[in-house]
Amino acid sequence: MNTQLLLIQVFNGLVNGAFYALLSLGLAVIFGMLRIVNFMHGALYMLGAFTAFALGQAFGLGFWPSLILAPIIVALLGMVLERTLLSRLYGLDPSYNLLLTFGLTLLTQDLVKQVMLSQYAVSSAPYTPPAALAGVVNLGFVVFPKYRLFVIALSLVLCLLTWFVIEKTRVGAIIRASTENPGVTRAFGIDVGKWVTGVFGVGVGLAGLAGVLAAPIYSVEPYMGSELIITTFAVVVIGGLGSILGSVVTGFAVGVLAAVGAAIYPPIANTLVFILMALVLLVRPSGLFGLPEGTR
Amino acid sequence: MTAPAVSPARPTSQNAPLLEVRDLNAFYGQSHVLHGVNLHVRPGEVVSLIGRNGAGKTTTLKSIMGVLRSRTGQITFDGQDLTRLPSNRVAARGLAWVPEERAILSSLTVRENLELPPARPGGWNLERAYEAFPVLRERGHHPGSKLSGGEQQMLAIVRVLRSGPKLLLLDEPSEGLAPVIVQRIGDMLAELRREGLSVILVEQNLKFATRLADRHYVFVDGQVVDEVRADEVEARRADLLRYLSV
Repeated sequence: MNTQLLLIQVFNGLVNGAFYALLSLGLAVIFGMLRIVNFMHGALYMLGAFTAFALGQAFGLGFWPSLILAPIIVALLGMVLERTLLSRLYGLDPSYNLLLTFGLTLLTQDLVKQVMLSQYAVSSAPYTPPAALAGVVNLGFVVFPKYRLFVIALSLVLCLLTWFVIEKTRVGAIIRASTENPGVTRAFGIDVGKWVTGVFGVGVGLAGLAGVLAAPIYSVEPYMGSELIITTFAVVVIGGLGSILGSVVTGFAVGVLAAVGAAIYPPIANTLVFILMALVLLVRPSGLFGLPEGTR
Repeated sequence: MTAPAVSPARPTSQNAPLLEVRDLNAFYGQSHVLHGVNLHVRPGEVVSLIGRNGAGKTTTLKSIMGVLRSRTGQITFDGQDLTRLPSNRVAARGLAWVPEERAILSSLTVRENLELPPARPGGWNLERAYEAFPVLRERGHHPGSKLSGGEQQMLAIVRVLRSGPKLLLLDEPSEGLAPVIVQRIGDMLAELRREGLSVILVEQNLKFATRLADRHYVFVDGQVVDEVRADEVEARRADLLRYLSV
């Protein structure tokens, strides 16, 4: 295989990795604090894309305002769901939460499908990237769409920002404390429940933002999140559940590995991620960056 | 220190209790662990809860703090009913709890641990904490878990003072520590007491408890079976030792 094709695949892989990273980062942040795996994550990613589309249709809002507004709307919806539904299942067997978030996923997908069909008479809609990011950039060795470079860059910035907030700020200290020992943190006078809701909002807001970013690349349709979320869960398992750094590094690495692997041996494209997952589970069951349960 | 010495006397009457616990019953799942505990703490007073392991001392502290919610009875603090409040709101009223396991957060640095409780008027700032225990300044950027047992206990106590509590609930602060460290912690508690802080001290170390406390409540099987004033301790030492012996 020639070098140029390989480089193109590396960049395509980084784009996919940008989405894996944003989604698994949100899952990691939520898992760390709530100890639940949010199976609704893919549906909320889709909802971010759909909200951007609907804001455009209803109010003529373009990409940039939607990039801000749609994640906020998804975050607010997530916070309402956390307060009204998810919070009732804390302390119960995790399968209850799985059933709830899986049910909400089906509900969201079908609602969006109905709205798209009845309001806009489409089952899938293209979404225009902003004019400023149209066209390509000549990187010297390869020509690459400007918008996709933007996706990689923004994803990296957001991952770095999230890491910084969690590791280096007072807000992060409260989140880490609530994650490690919610009982004693509450007894210090900190309303852990409110922080849980906020963290859930931020986590699903990241999914919504990834959805808006994905809309111009993959177009908007009700099931756009279901396939992506399966790969994302594999990424989360490879990186280690709940690890912030692990989810980001693994997200980008898996994106690149899968794309390069697919170029070298195309039939492996859809299974490579799961082969990786199986190998990691054999060698390090808690993931590459995860701590074994009980040592946190 | 710039703060003027505060006498134990407060605006409220010296006789009105700061904390009053009436008919406290507490439960862990199906098991009934506290059976009608009554106790009170007056402003500026240090009382100890003594008794064997499993007598209900720690459970009493957790019940007062609202960390253990399955309980009945009445807990009144500064004239307000705490019984229905979650622990974060109990803390906001001026109570602070230092658990037996100290609960130093290992995912936070020493300094982040110190600054975690919300700062409130009258609370200790970072400077005062460092002045009391300079080792906390030296270790400021280390993870909390890298401290020795004694350092963790000091951190655990000064950490909650950041919120300027009126009543400190201390669970076995001397447990597992070298005598010289126990001495230092005792000195600090004596100092806090002089400044008017009220304390409930859970202890199995009778020497430590009698050095600090004005009164002792003796716990047996989830009940208060005896109350001993500091001036009665000498005469009743044999009784106290019997209560504590295994």
